[in-house]
Amino acid sequence: MHEIDYESPTSLADAVAILQKNRESVRCLAGGTDLIDHLRTGRIDARQIVDVKKLPELQILEAGPEGLRLGAAVCCRSVCAHAAIQQDYTALADSGAIIGGIQIQNRASLGGNLCNSGPAADSIPSMVALSGICVIAGPDGLREVPVEKFCVAPGKNVLKPGELLVEIRFPKPAAHSGSHYRRFIPRNEMDIAVVGVAAAVTLSADGSQFVAGRISLGAVGPTPLLAEEASTKLIGKPVNDDAIAAAAAAARELAAPISDMRGTADYRKHLTEVLTRRVLSAAVTRARGGKVDHRPGW
Amino acid sequence: MPDNAQRSYKVIGTRPIRHDGVDKVTGRAKYGADVMLTGLLAGAVLRSPHAHARIRSIDTSAAEALPGVRAVATARDLPDQGSRMVELGEGSVNMRHLSANVLAHDKVLYKGHAVAAVAADNIHIAQEALKLIRVDYEPLPPVMTVTEAMRAGAPLLNDDVVTQPAGNAEALAESKPSNVAKHFLFEKGNLDEGFARAKHVVEREFHLATVHQGYIEPHNATALWHADGKVSVWMSTQGSFTARQQTAELLRIPVSDVKVTPMEIGGGFGGKISVYLPPVAAILSRKTGRPVKIVMDRAAVFEATGPTPGGVIRVKLGADESGKLVAADAWLAYEAGAYPGSPVGAGCMCIFACYDIPNARVEGFDVCVNKPRTNAYRAPGSTQAAFAVETVVDEICQRLKLDPLEFRLKNASSEGTRRVDGPVFSRVGLVETLQAIGNSEHYKSPPGGPNRGRGMASGFWFNVGLKSSVTATIGCDGKVALVEGSPDIGGTRTSIAMQFAETLGIPVEDVHPAVADTDSVGYTDVTGGSRVTFSTGIAAVEAARDLERQLVSRAAELWNVPADQVCYTNGVMTAPGHKATFKELVAELHETGEPLVGRGTSGKANQAGAFATHLVDVEVDPETGKVQILRYTAAQDVGTAIHPSYVEGQIQGGVGQGIGWALNEEYWYDDRGSMRNATFLDYRLPTCYDLPMIEPILVEVPDPSHPYGVRGVGEVPICPPPAAIAIAIAQAAGVRMTELPMAPHKVMAAILAKSRPGNGQPH
Repeated sequence: MHEIDYESPTSLADAVAILQKNRESVRCLAGGTDLIDHLRTGRIDARQIVDVKKLPELQILEAGPEGLRLGAAVCCRSVCAHAAIQQDYTALADSGAIIGGIQIQNRASLGGNLCNSGPAADSIPSMVALSGICVIAGPDGLREVPVEKFCVAPGKNVLKPGELLVEIRFPKPAAHSGSHYRRFIPRNEMDIAVVGVAAAVTLSADGSQFVAGRISLGAVGPTPLLAEEASTKLIGKPVNDDAIAAAAAAARELAAPISDMRGTADYRKHLTEVLTRRVLSAAVTRARGGKVDHRPGW
Repeated sequence: MPDNAQRSYKVIGTRPIRHDGVDKVTGRAKYGADVMLTGLLAGAVLRSPHAHARIRSIDTSAAEALPGVRAVATARDLPDQGSRMVELGEGSVNMRHLSANVLAHDKVLYKGHAVAAVAADNIHIAQEALKLIRVDYEPLPPVMTVTEAMRAGAPLLNDDVVTQPAGNAEALAESKPSNVAKHFLFEKGNLDEGFARAKHVVEREFHLATVHQGYIEPHNATALWHADGKVSVWMSTQGSFTARQQTAELLRIPVSDVKVTPMEIGGGFGGKISVYLPPVAAILSRKTGRPVKIVMDRAAVFEATGPTPGGVIRVKLGADESGKLVAADAWLAYEAGAYPGSPVGAGCMCIFACYDIPNARVEGFDVCVNKPRTNAYRAPGSTQAAFAVETVVDEICQRLKLDPLEFRLKNASSEGTRRVDGPVFSRVGLVETLQAIGNSEHYKSPPGGPNRGRGMASGFWFNVGLKSSVTATIGCDGKVALVEGSPDIGGTRTSIAMQFAETLGIPVEDVHPAVADTDSVGYTDVTGGSRVTFSTGIAAVEAARDLERQLVSRAAELWNVPADQVCYTNGVMTAPGHKATFKELVAELHETGEPLVGRGTSGKANQAGAFATHLVDVEVDPETGKVQILRYTAAQDVGTAIHPSYVEGQIQGGVGQGIGWALNEEYWYDDRGSMRNATFLDYRLPTCYDLPMIEPILVEVPDPSHPYGVRGVGEVPICPPPAAIAIAIAQAAGVRMTELPMAPHKVMAAILAKSRPGNGQPH
């Protein structure tokens, strides 16, 4: 390994300037749980590292009537411990709680997970289901991109040279909403999702009808996917097994997975249907104010 | 022979804190990667990107020119081996193959095969230099399975391998190069007559994946080629003497010119017997005049050390109406990897070892494929065999509507049973393990709940004796320095010290055990074959007896009484009118005469073999195919449990590895013969969340060939788990899994296939 320059700017303008100056050979460092590993294994090369943890905009964590502002460098552990997230953006807490062990969760950020842009990333489906919007800073100022449009290919995203992700904003869910993320892994811990599914639903006041729903799928295509056709199937339907099964069947059709060491394409399509069903049921339970007793891995 | 079970011990059977424990938990213990010497250089190894290729040329000039690079080595720097065979403690090895495995000669035979090595001022320079080595390869088609490799006209890996017959197998009329290195045949009784008598016959074919031991510590070696031609090696190894011999033979220098210092070892399970790095570090040291350290990364450990083989097994069993097994036929083909040497012979000997069957036949094939050369892994070859035979046994029980426990008790091997390969069992405890399971709380409580099932399976491993040496020096304070040659991979420093302390009648805390280098202790065979507590234990007992004789004679001298009136029991020396504790006596002797040094060796005794029976409850998710292990009980004949906690630990460890092997572990290859999951993330060892508390039941049937009845315990616990879990899955989900690992996608595919109309599984 060769020498690498390191800077830790304290203003967004400085960060953008360093990124712009180095362009191709620069990488942002938040928790470093992907970056350091990839540098060591030679999967990526970098001459300049910009530590973004000292940028105040990237450490924002605020929930209010406008919604949730989640700074790109906020670690998973803070996400999981946040009362408003546990209450209203529960899928984010579900994701944060299964990314790595406690040490990793104290370093890794959801923003970093998004920028790493892996098809099986555990937090991206949750951010998609909760209608997250990425705020990106660059030489031309700020721009916004919906989370589902952020990733473009495995390991690739819409960030242009000189740009960095600042925060992800989420609208405050309506009353009677609930969300959940679950992945299937062959072990019960320390694994990459064979399939991951997140869903956010809003029910009628009496909890009998789907008013809104967003389903997002991970590891079944080159990028995490907003399953729009499956989501729209829910709207206006009574909350019952049939409606959930119909959405799950539609999700299965949207899945376009590959076969690899983590599972065959057929198996992933099958799991997409099973998990979508289970995740929707759990999201409904939460929307009705109930508790979801899910043991990760089971 | 005294009945050991009736004897009461002071030290044996207690659970003292291990002597090496404090340094290990405080991080002070020195492992191979901790070796630091003046002028130390960092070594790195260039590995083949191809599974099978001819090496046209290697150009190292650019690497040599990189500042900070001190030397580059290739196979040209290794001496020619001709085609000699050398006995290396684990069977004879073709030295040309061993040499080519250390650094590829004219061909690479697996992805990750070492091709060249660099020594540089630091590891970063060494790694940069590897990128500058130009290797011109001519890629050849990879051969990845035994089925492909055995096919006529298959691409040939080694042109110097011809099929050798073993057992009753006959030599082929024409000896031409083949991927099949060895053909075993063992027979007993009359197979045709046996099957003619059988009312129920079940035959199944099983497919097995390559799996790795998964030890946490990667292979490492530091070598210094001294100016006088002697070579020092510091390394992680299960056998310092075999490592010394292999290194010396590979370098073609006298064996005693090599000194191997075994460092602490972070797991081996059989995988740290073959040498990979020491000869490479040594030639780099010879070139530079400086010590060179090489440490593998995890990918190299997976891709270039010795996993245990995948392969194919067919088993056919016949039982009569009463449920007595009357005929058994098995066919095993194991992957040797790049060079001959799979444990298929052991697989053949183990496959029917749990059953007393009058008519049997076993045929086995050692088959070269483009994977790393396989190596020992905990009861090598037996787990695969147990998976196959125990599954078929369960199907026979199902057919006959017989209770699996009753069936096994009816057919179990016991003292006097002759194995298909010839040997007759002495006192063994299979029946006792079956009874222990039958009496367990687990057996008596049904698994309960939907999608749950229970499986039972037994397993066998030989265990070996071999040679060990121990010396013991009594200090002036009455404490004993116990020097042994067995690298400690399972708490054996303590189990050896306990036997020594028991024999000499002193507290085990007063014994300071140390594992010495090859110049500082007598010859000792590898830590393997579950032999150390047995065989090095015998040597320690002999050393204690030697000291006892010396103490008696010195006390007689000191007290001026005839030696036959001096008596030493429970650490107290007495004679008419005299009495002294061990410590009092030793203090006095220290002032009055020569030092007290005892010696003990072993090598004649052989073990009787170990059996285990396991019981497991699983739950299968019928929608995902995922299997959860709910409860696990392992009964094992452990002879005499010297340190019960370590015996339990060995059983739990073996079961844990067996569960991983059963459910998720495998080398996942792409179509170019490249392993795609050479990381601990994707090579799925079980985590603590995947394992229940594993309950061991220690069944003590003392082995008559050891003074305290010790039986090796480390290996047999890995044998039953895959079979027991497969049987439990069959009960839970109604599908018979015949392929390892029983990963969720495979179980799900079987469940879906069963539910399709007309696609019911055979029963």
